[in-house]
Amino acid sequence: MNSLDLARWQFAITTVYHFIFVPITIGMGFLVAGLQTAWYRTNKVKYLRATKFFGKLFLINFAIGVVTGIVQEFQFGMNWSSYSRFVGDIFGAPLAMEGLLAFFLESTFLGLWIFGWDRLPKKIHLATIWLASFGTILSAYFILAANAWMQHPVGYTINLEKGRAELTSIVEVLTQKTALATFFHTIPSAAFTAGAFVAGISAWLLIKKMDVEMSRSTLKLGLITMMISFVMVFVSGDITSKIMTEQQPMKMAAAEALYETTESAPFSLLTIGTLDGSRSVFQIDIPSVLSFLATGDFKGTVEGVNDIQAEYEKTYGPGDYSPNIPLAYWSFRLMIGFGGLGFLFALLALFQMRRGRTPHGKWFLPAMIFLPFTPLLANSFGWIFTEAGRQPWAVFGLIRTSDGVSAVVSAGSVLFTMIVFTLLYGVLAFIEVGLTLKVIKNGPQTELDYEDPKLGGSDTKPLVMAY
Amino acid sequence: MSLETTWFLLIAVLWIGYFILEGFDFGVGMLLPFVSRNEADRRAVLTTLGPVWDGNEVWLLVAGGATFAAFPEWYATLFSGFYLPLFLILVSLIIRGVAFEYRSKYGKAQWRRRWDVAIVISSAIPALLWGVAFANIVRGVPLEKSAEGHIEYVGGFFNLLNPYALLGGVVTLTVFLTHGAIFLSLKTVGGIRDRAHDLALKLGLIAAVAAVAFLLWTNLSLPSFNLKIAALSAGVAVAWVAGIAATLKRREGWAFVFSASAILLFVSDLFYALYPRVMPSSLGAQFDLTIRNASSTAYTLKVMTVVAVIMTPLVLIYQGWTYWVFRKRVSASQIAHPERGILDTATHVLHQ
Ligand code: HDD
Ligand code: HEM
Ligand code: HEM
Repeated sequence: MNSLDLARWQFAITTVYHFIFVPITIGMGFLVAGLQTAWYRTNKVKYLRATKFFGKLFLINFAIGVVTGIVQEFQFGMNWSSYSRFVGDIFGAPLAMEGLLAFFLESTFLGLWIFGWDRLPKKIHLATIWLASFGTILSAYFILAANAWMQHPVGYTINLEKGRAELTSIVEVLTQKTALATFFHTIPSAAFTAGAFVAGISAWLLIKKMDVEMSRSTLKLGLITMMISFVMVFVSGDITSKIMTEQQPMKMAAAEALYETTESAPFSLLTIGTLDGSRSVFQIDIPSVLSFLATGDFKGTVEGVNDIQAEYEKTYGPGDYSPNIPLAYWSFRLMIGFGGLGFLFALLALFQMRRGRTPHGKWFLPAMIFLPFTPLLANSFGWIFTEAGRQPWAVFGLIRTSDGVSAVVSAGSVLFTMIVFTLLYGVLAFIEVGLTLKVIKNGPQTELDYEDPKLGGSDTKPLVMAY
Repeated sequence: MSLETTWFLLIAVLWIGYFILEGFDFGVGMLLPFVSRNEADRRAVLTTLGPVWDGNEVWLLVAGGATFAAFPEWYATLFSGFYLPLFLILVSLIIRGVAFEYRSKYGKAQWRRRWDVAIVISSAIPALLWGVAFANIVRGVPLEKSAEGHIEYVGGFFNLLNPYALLGGVVTLTVFLTHGAIFLSLKTVGGIRDRAHDLALKLGLIAAVAAVAFLLWTNLSLPSFNLKIAALSAGVAVAWVAGIAATLKRREGWAFVFSASAILLFVSDLFYALYPRVMPSSLGAQFDLTIRNASSTAYTLKVMTVVAVIMTPLVLIYQGWTYWVFRKRVSASQIAHPERGILDTATHVLHQ
């Protein structure tokens, strides 16, 4: 492997890993804030227990989200310095704004929330978790706008003398429809993820008969969050598909392994055989659905890989402009598939809970344990599809991935750092899963009397939270 | 003032903020086993950092992001050039963050002891390497124009380990140790406070020797005597001495103000010595990266200036407020069950 391949593997490993924790942080931050609000409003202790219980899980996850994010911030300069020189004028701006507007907010107020139980009056303490949650959503917005610019560059000119892209309109970069669509697809998918987490864990508690009062409520909360957010993910996914077909037709063609331009194109659920366009041994098709996804019209025409390839050769010169087609094909299906599977499980569980019943049945426990993994897998495959489907471009139409890699970094250095990061990430995953399971097994704790503290707290009483 | 200069200044401000804030984090981390006698002590020490360490680290992330936005050539050359040191810093920051968060979650003594070792080492490595990196930047490293017309780093890893740079590393290491000890003496009571106080004096003297040697070397290696650089260097020395004097008199608040001021002046001195270059080349001034050939367009700089002018004061206000909320000293006697992990079960689990 050369340093390009290694840098790509490293980027893929570190980002996919970062994005395991990111949606949990975004979604759980929001749900925990909701639970604390419920406690604030109703004074019911079960909501306080839930806030603290899921708060612990949220923080265990947050720690890894933070430390893996640090790598992301510097990785562009380390492994992708040619890319950074080319796009810095544009791409750096949302990244810096993310730090200045979002990271400061989320880290500072989360610190206040964790240690503020006996230092902040009840109302202000509640405000800190909402501000932290707002920070996570804001950070997602800026980084997704940066990524959307790579999918569909706008608001720039090319400076040939300096050999770089230059910003002409920050407003366009931050408000283009690609950025908005991605935002409204990713944020609900984070809520869906956290919903599945809360539901899966609550179901386990319920079966073990731990804090039934709380776990019934939180199971419902998780399942209902999943219902609502899935609808939003579905709608925004459909909108994203149309935008993508218009802006990156090659990605849509690759997603379906559609080689020839077709009217009323079908969507294949499953293909066994070859995806190289020669033949398929076995295929299940749903007629016209691809045309609808791509164009909004069941009779619409979807361009095939071969036509687009010919067209791009005319525009950009000779070269191969198609991504890895089996990867695009399967990752697109697995995103939708795992998401849909999670949704079906949640729907069944909700059905079983009607009129105060407790879900039962042999399938229920394993299904609920599997539930949190469905959105995690869907998220990863969603990103793998988005990013791998954009190849060979790093920024669509402007710079190829192969031209973005650092010139001065040797393959050996990249290999070395990749091995260390991967091993370290493996160990961290092991520890974080262990701690998470420990919290779940211990279950929610009874809360001792809560006293609304004065600002600043006391300097003699035992601390509620101490590292 | 030109936009490029404004941004050079802003980035200097971000690094100053980072070194003052995470500087004491690093110091406290390294001192953890040396100021504590038992588990309650160790947890009290870590609790002084708990609410603030992540917010402190964001100063680094923003310095990185701002460099990317305002001086992309600097960002690209620096981080691809200083590849391995930066990698070591990243690995340390990963381990450190996780260690803070996970160390006391679990009651086993061995688990904690391992994280303690991790905290000490992962605090020391960046404290040392940031000094090495900055000293190298000021001294100049081999930079050359590549075939594509970019200025790239052409030295290897060991090129960065020259005596001047290593001395720079010793300066940041000892300064942060002292700064951390002063912070601890300000934020704790009892035995921890006393031990931190004694350590602050001893470490402060060692740091003073290292810093004086480094600043003399820096001033003497300039092509000609520069009054402003010399004055800033003298200012560092004065602030540091004042810090030690205040420590002697047990005026902990003032000691902290002075050690923070010394760091401020020190980083200002280094940036002043650089200006208007951002990365001088040791192979000839034609290969220097400067605020002009490394910068973004005027439009991008303007956009970012608006954002920075609005957001930076706001961040200072709410981060300042955080320090105010947690202004009370932490006492080891406030740690209720020091041996019990945060996640270990109390007696009252709800089973029904
Ligand atoms: C859709 C959301 C999203 C995406 C695509 C990314 N991140 Fe992220 N990131 C977050 C959402 C997020 C977050 C929710 O804000 C995190 C997750 C866990 C956390 O602690 O904050 C975070 C943490 C986080 C941190 C640590 C912040 C701190 O110390 O508080 C950094 C430096 C980055 N990220 C940088 C990046 C970069 C450079 C990315 C691009 C490759 C990236 N993230 C992808
Ligand atoms: C956090 C969610 C993300 C995930 C899971 C993800 C995943 C991936 C994957 C799997 C690749 C490799 C594609 C390939 O080489 O075939 C890739 C490439 C890339 N992504 Fe992302 N990505 C994410 C977010 C982002 C964001 C937000 C940006 C920019 C702001 C970004 C910038 C890039 C760049 C520059 C590459 C080029 C390197 C390459 O092609 O290997 N990614 N990403
Ligand atoms: C239900 C039908 C769905 C459709 C039609 C759909 C459609 C899409 C499309 C077209 C993209 C690519 C966007 C691009 O490359 O520009 C995408 C990306 C993505 N999807 Fe989905 N999706 C669906 C379900 C889900 C589910 C259930 C999840 C997770 C819970 C999910 C998570 C993601 C993520 C994280 C990305 C990457 C970010 C982005 O580009 O927006 N998707 N989706």
